[in-house]
Formats: sequence, C-alpha cells, structure tokens
Amino acid sequence: MLKLEHISKTYRVGAFGGGRLQAVDDVTFDVEPGEVISLIGESGSGKTTIGRMILRLSPITTGRITFDGTDVSSLRRSHLKEYYRHVQGVFQDPFSSCNPIFKADRIFALIKHEFFPEVSAQEWRHRVAAALESVSLNPADVLGKYPHQLSGGQLQRLLIARALLLDIKILVADEIISMLDASTRIDVLNLLGDLKKRGLGIIFITHDLSLGNYISDRTVILRHGSIVEMGATEKVFGNPQHEYTQMLLASVPQLHSKWAEFERAAHVATV
Amino acid sequence: MSLTVDDLKVYYRTLAGDVQALDGVTFTIADGEIMGLAGESGCGKSTLGNSLIRLDTRARHVGGHVTLDGEELPIGDNEAMNEFRFKRVSIVPQYAMSALNPTRKIGRMIDELLHSRGVQYDTVLPELSRRLDLVGLSDDVLGLYPIELSGGMKQRVVMVVSTLLDPSLLIADEVTSALDVSTQKAVAETLIGFRDRGFVKSMIVITHDLSILYQIADTILVMYAGKLAEKASAETIVNAPQHPYTKLLISSLPEVGVRYADKQLVGIAGRPPALLNPPSGCRFAARCPLATTKCAEEPPFVEIAPNHTVACWEVGPC
Repeated sequence: MLKLEHISKTYRVGAFGGGRLQAVDDVTFDVEPGEVISLIGESGSGKTTIGRMILRLSPITTGRITFDGTDVSSLRRSHLKEYYRHVQGVFQDPFSSCNPIFKADRIFALIKHEFFPEVSAQEWRHRVAAALESVSLNPADVLGKYPHQLSGGQLQRLLIARALLLDIKILVADEIISMLDASTRIDVLNLLGDLKKRGLGIIFITHDLSLGNYISDRTVILRHGSIVEMGATEKVFGNPQHEYTQMLLASVPQLHSKWAEFERAAHVATV
Repeated sequence: MSLTVDDLKVYYRTLAGDVQALDGVTFTIADGEIMGLAGESGCGKSTLGNSLIRLDTRARHVGGHVTLDGEELPIGDNEAMNEFRFKRVSIVPQYAMSALNPTRKIGRMIDELLHSRGVQYDTVLPELSRRLDLVGLSDDVLGLYPIELSGGMKQRVVMVVSTLLDPSLLIADEVTSALDVSTQKAVAETLIGFRDRGFVKSMIVITHDLSILYQIADTILVMYAGKLAEKASAETIVNAPQHPYTKLLISSLPEVGVRYADKQLVGIAGRPPALLNPPSGCRFAARCPLATTKCAEEPPFVEIAPNHTVACWEVGPC
C-alpha cells in the first residue's frame, strides 16, 4: 500500500548551509494493510525524519514514496488533501499537538471544517461519539474540556480518534507512548492492536525495544539513517544477526533478569 | 541509618487550596543502599526528591522530620539548607543537558561552584581528573564549553560534579529517562560504581521505569498519589509484589519477548485521584480490584515480612 523506495534525506547544517548531514540513507520498506511495522533506533537514527517524510512534513532529497501507486511528493492541493484522508500521524507530546487556548475537541471541528463540510452537525456528533467509542473514551469525559484537564493518555487517544474520523489507511505513530505513564501506556498499545485488526497499516516509531516487540509484525532497526536489520519481529528479536541489534537487545533493562546475568549468558555462548 | 524520613508532609499552595503532594511519608535508607523510587507522574516522587534538597518555592513543609546521619535536615528553611547542599546532599537533575552553565567552560563552572562552598579548586583537581577518568572522560573536557559535549558526556560530567564532595545522599531524578538504551546502561552502571567506590553513601534513584530500577536498586519504594504503597527489596517488588497497585503496575509492563498476539497485557483502569481534595482512606481504592468497604479507612503502612512494608488492608500479617 505504502512503499518507500531508496529514500534519502540530507539536511544542510552550519551557518551558511555549507555542511551536510545525512539523516536518512537509502531506506526501502513497505507497509501493507493490517500490519504494524516498527522503526526502532537511537536518537539521531532518522526514524522521526522517515515519519515526517511519509506525512509530507519534510521533503525527500532522493528516492520516492508511493501510496497505492501514486508518487506522494507530486501531490498538490485536492490530491494532497485526499492523501491526508488516508494517511495521518500522531506524535509524541499530545499536549503540544493541541492549542491550549481552545478546548481539546476543537481538533474534531477542524477536521469537519476541512474535510466534511457537507455533513450535518447531528450526524457529525454521532461520528465523533463512535470514534471516541472505538478508542475506549467516554464522550462525556472528554468533550468540552481543555487539554490541561485531560490526562496524557486520554489526549493521546483523542488524537487517535481524530485520525479515525478520516478514512485512514496508514497511521504514523511517532513515539506516542513515551510520554505516558506505565499504567495507561499499555492501553494505548492495545488500541493500536485493535486498529491493526481493522485493517489499518501502522508505522510505529519508537526507541523502546520492548514496546516495538510487543506490538509489531515487522521490525526495522535503524542506525545513523540506514537500515541495519529488517525482518519479522520474532526473527529480529529472537535471532538478531547484526552486532548493533545484539548490542541494543543486551542493553534493554529487563524486569526479570539482570544485565550481569545476560552478559554472563552471552559470554558462555561465545566461549 | 543514613537517612530517616518520618511522617513527611509537603503541600503545594495553590489558589484553590493545598495540593497534598506528600502526605505522611516514612522510610529509612541504610548506608550504602540504593533506593529506587517509582510511581506514576504526579504521585509525588519528584516532590520527595526535591524536598530533601531544595523545596520548590510554592511548596510548604507541613510536618515531619528528615534526619541525615543523625542530624536533622532543615528542609523548610531554604537558607539553612545551604549548609547541606552539595556537601552532604546532592542531586543529579533530570535534564543534565541544561544543568550546565552554557556561558562558562566546565572547569571554570566547577571552580565557581566549589568556591561558593569554600573549597579550593586546586586541592580537588587531582581527584576531579581521577573521577573524570573513571567515567571515561579526559581532563580536556574542563577546558570545553557544554555545547561542545554530547548528551551522554554532559550527563557524566554532571554526575561527577554532583558527587565531587562525597555527599552522604545523592538524589538522581529521572537521570536515565531521556537517554538511549545503550547510554542508559552506561549511566546506570556509573551510578552503581559511585556507590561501590564510596563517592556517595546512599542514593535515591527516582524514575517511572521499574525495569531500570530492578537493574540498579537494592530496594524499591512504590508511591501512589502522595503516599507510600509498598517498600521491599528490588527482587521482592518485581517477583512477588503484594500491594494491588504494584501488582497491576508490574503486570502491565511489556517485556522483550511478550507479544500482543500471544498475550494481551492490561493497563490499570481509571486515573490517580486529584491531590487537591484527596479521598479519605486508601487512595488507590477507586481503581483497585480488591477494594472493600474497609478501604474507606486509611490502611497503615505495616511490615508484613522482614523488610517488606505494604499499605493495604487486603494484605497484612493478620
């Protein structure tokens, strides 16, 4: 459905743009409906840049992104709007995604204004209620409130509901869990799992390997902008081939085994 | 006992009334102990950490005592606390990246800091370079500006500076949260190293990440809505928690190896109570699957096994 072909991104850096920074280097992968693909990497690995390029928030230097066969970077005006009907993003900090001066449900009104001006107000209320239902929010709890009156988890789900109001096929979820508390974190992850069952393709960007492992079908490990390892999640995590992936996995703090034990096991394995 | 906190109460003054961020917190930390402090945002864990070194100006010390090595910490008195800060109690702040003065070279900044505590820079310099060497930094960093260092390097510099005068108590507030997994591990191991070498006597590590605490902490204290829920050894908290909140919290953490398709984890329904007018009785009762009518009364924080203390009516020595 969504295909990335040899994508690269070079930023100009320095006072006069003289320096070059290769943020993304020759990345190729695709996303099918009903699939969660996670992009995992450290800071500066280019994972967010890839998400931004998919959402057309930053231009591609070389390479091509196609959605159902059409080149995304060539889209203009009504075609671009059509693209945004299908491809939406949710970002790390839900509070900075909402204007704190307005009530949080203004994001729904903006969607209506932009995409569905012909829908009657009553019909729209039903749709909003249904979308909130599907992210397990009670409309009475969240509608008519300001962002600061909602918890991070509620607001994050509200933003996902906003994306669901459109006829989306691809959701770019950029670190959507990292700001949430442990107790609500898993609810948002399970929500992504439900959406996936409904046929949504999800690009899950994270630095947290255990979250990526929990939810995704395929995993892409990025380093310095290029893919070091890609494949089915259970293979990448179960039998990592690249040294870097092995190092990452060994550094993840585990709840039931200590680092020291992990290293001892690895040492025994190599001897 | 290195640190004893007895029935500490700290409230935030707001226009709407007092927010009871810490409401009767009692615990002790032994010499050489690394205590992890865990909980959701807004449970008062950072308030507890801050109140041991510098109370926020909006916060008020309402009651309770804190004793460090047998001497009472005047935590309500900003001026009197100056005697203790940096020498006896020190902190590694959450954003080490912004803790360094951007207009001073690192060495000059340390010089000024030591001067304010009446210590000569030159006398400490050999020890300083030895400790920088321990964390893998050369003396050259002293001649650099913070902007010339990477995030991980700044974090290490801050850790060395914070512990330079061998404080009894070090508070590490979310030091690993903003870091990548590999850097996170290095920082966590540095903290253990500092304790093992005796640079700090005891340590409070504040984080919401229980898995990192399991790696470094000896004991873990779990807080919920301004009160203590459970305190036990790290091993017990992770493998045999007793308080229903700790149980739910541990079971909601995804681990490498657990997949959505195989086993669906569940979160904790609801959200913590507002601390402006907190409910009387157990504060977790509204979200607790075990709640009974008895929970309208406040559960005592009792020891159910040696070194294992829980505040819940449903678990207890009976």
